[in-house]
Amino acid sequence: MAEIRIEDLHKAFGDFTAVKRSNLTVGNGEFFVMLGPSGCGKTTTLRMIAGLELPTSGRILLDGEDVTFRRARERDIAFVFQLFALYPHMNVRQNIAFPLKCQGMAAADQRRRAEETARLLRIDHLLNQPISRLSGGDRQRVALGRAIVREPKAFLMDEPLGALDAEFRHIMCQELRALHDRVHATTVYVTHDQLEAMAMADKIAVMNQGIVEQFGSPQEIYDRPASMFVADFIGSPPMNFLRFTGAVAPGSTSVRLNGCTLPVPTIADGRSEGELALGVRPEHILFEDGSGLRGRVFGSEYLGTTQIVTVETNHGRVKARVPSDVAVRTGETVGIAFRTPSLSLFDATSGQALRLQRTAVGHG
Amino acid sequence: MAEIRAQAVSKSFGPIAAVRDLDLTVEDGSFVVLLGPTGAGKTTTLRLIAGLEKPDRGTVAIGGRDATALPPAARDVAFVFQQYSLYPHWSVFDNLAFPLRSPARRVPEDVIKRRVQEVAELLHIAPKLQNKATRLSGGEMQRVAIGRALVREPSVYLMDEPLSSLDAKLRAELRLELKRIQQDLGATMLYVTHDQVEAMTMATHIGVLNEGGLVQFGTPRQIYENPVDSYVATRLGIPRINLLPVEAVHVQAPRGAVLVGARTEHIKLVERPVNGTTVGLVQRLEHLGDQSHLHLRVADRQIVMLVDGHSPLKQGDPLGIELVQPLFFDADGRRVTGV
Repeated sequence: MAEIRIEDLHKAFGDFTAVKRSNLTVGNGEFFVMLGPSGCGKTTTLRMIAGLELPTSGRILLDGEDVTFRRARERDIAFVFQLFALYPHMNVRQNIAFPLKCQGMAAADQRRRAEETARLLRIDHLLNQPISRLSGGDRQRVALGRAIVREPKAFLMDEPLGALDAEFRHIMCQELRALHDRVHATTVYVTHDQLEAMAMADKIAVMNQGIVEQFGSPQEIYDRPASMFVADFIGSPPMNFLRFTGAVAPGSTSVRLNGCTLPVPTIADGRSEGELALGVRPEHILFEDGSGLRGRVFGSEYLGTTQIVTVETNHGRVKARVPSDVAVRTGETVGIAFRTPSLSLFDATSGQALRLQRTAVGHG
Repeated sequence: MAEIRAQAVSKSFGPIAAVRDLDLTVEDGSFVVLLGPTGAGKTTTLRLIAGLEKPDRGTVAIGGRDATALPPAARDVAFVFQQYSLYPHWSVFDNLAFPLRSPARRVPEDVIKRRVQEVAELLHIAPKLQNKATRLSGGEMQRVAIGRALVREPSVYLMDEPLSSLDAKLRAELRLELKRIQQDLGATMLYVTHDQVEAMTMATHIGVLNEGGLVQFGTPRQIYENPVDSYVATRLGIPRINLLPVEAVHVQAPRGAVLVGARTEHIKLVERPVNGTTVGLVQRLEHLGDQSHLHLRVADRQIVMLVDGHSPLKQGDPLGIELVQPLFFDADGRRVTGV
């Protein structure tokens, strides 16, 4: 197993910069997810780690060893594309053992390793089955088995679940993570799906236009987004922004929106007069009759345990996640309040978060 | 607007029964969503109502008139498909005006202009009317496709997964818009999807389909809180309902109950477990931001429940749990009530 480090990694395709001077460390045994919209540079970064692209500048270290210009097959990394590609004319055992056969491993060892791998994936009862008889899920497991049978130093996965429907994708997320908990292999996983990232990752790097916008645990990124881009990319519905013009002084504990004073966590660094945005997650909004901040209910969406209520305010539409037994009527006026410790504040011009001093963030 | 009534409708394709003996009433002004996985028969049902397929048996009535033998054009329905099919070389205006310009309708040009403008405003695409269809984003193209159905003011709207080709953010936005438009127009809508969130958030009534049959019909709340069987119970709810053999947990089960279904709101942590408390072992705590899922191993089964994301739980920790008013099912999966 291995640690992967990228230093000042830069990649340009002609005039287009795909990855801008990025630094990242993937710890030994970590499940690391690179998350971002298409074109953000996540796949290019992954391909440079794999050795399928050469960087314009910068270094890639695998277990402390510089592999920047090493060929792909000399890196001892397994690259998993969409988990579909299997050899249809071979059975499960042959499919799993195939990479070992290519290495010229003795037949008895091939057999033993293929069986171990199948046990790990809980498909050992299927070893002699032809691929055509397998369910979709078992096929995915075989494809995964073919990647892990080599016992490489690290796994790189590029949207491996992208082609699956939502329900099955969720099941495979659980399985991939459960497998990771058993083998603890260093994994770099690329996706544009924030739910996949949140569900599986130990650490997430959110990328945008070739830059790592934020790096941290899923909960850190969710609770304390470093930028409006991150706040908007993570969460469903995403974070609400209430935009306003004003100035904030270091040490102040409130902001003024439209004549309304709202408490916020203590502001660590101030801003002179300018465009600001108060960020609040849907589940941190409460309906309070007495609140000065008011809006009109635009609609509500029932989700079983909870509902999403959309409220039109002077600062734009705001989505609140509240228990589904809270009665709201479309068109009625409601007062809204926020759970203060969970708020974020952004410089709306640069998009960067202002530093706030906070104790532990309240949850739920 | 009009009601749709399908009675005892069946349709087979060779040996495969796509729709079996289906009775469905979509009331005037309601928004009915047919929910089911691939192959459940939802698209076939929609196509039978549109007249794109002929039923083997049964009748379809629209607005009180028997439409079973009518061709699609005579049924006064508008159909929106999953893949928007616009005329790429035409402007948004011309695409929207197309259904009105049919020679059979003979709509005067000033009426067309007014109608297109109204619909474009409703869908927030009025500033783009002169753009070519190819110069639009995916979301805008799908709005135009929906708009083309709206300009005609048909008796009913039929939509087949119109949002599924859009990204998650846009889908969420259009969900709310579509619901608003339907309410504003008082339109009768029959909408097909496999996405439970779309069904729950937009529908006045959901019809859950399985293997060509209608399993349950009711409001989203009825279907979520009161499913008729274990299949329906697993169709709604994120995370999915936990289904366990009744022996696996300490719970008072009604006669005949074989399975117990517990949604996250049916599971409570027990602070001080006593003899007889169901105990599970912590597998993993999954932080999803707005909520945290605790995966717990109970009698060799995995269950998922919601917990405070900041709780200091470690793998292997034992936890006492208690089920509060869970759902029970018999050996065939049918709901059993009453102790």
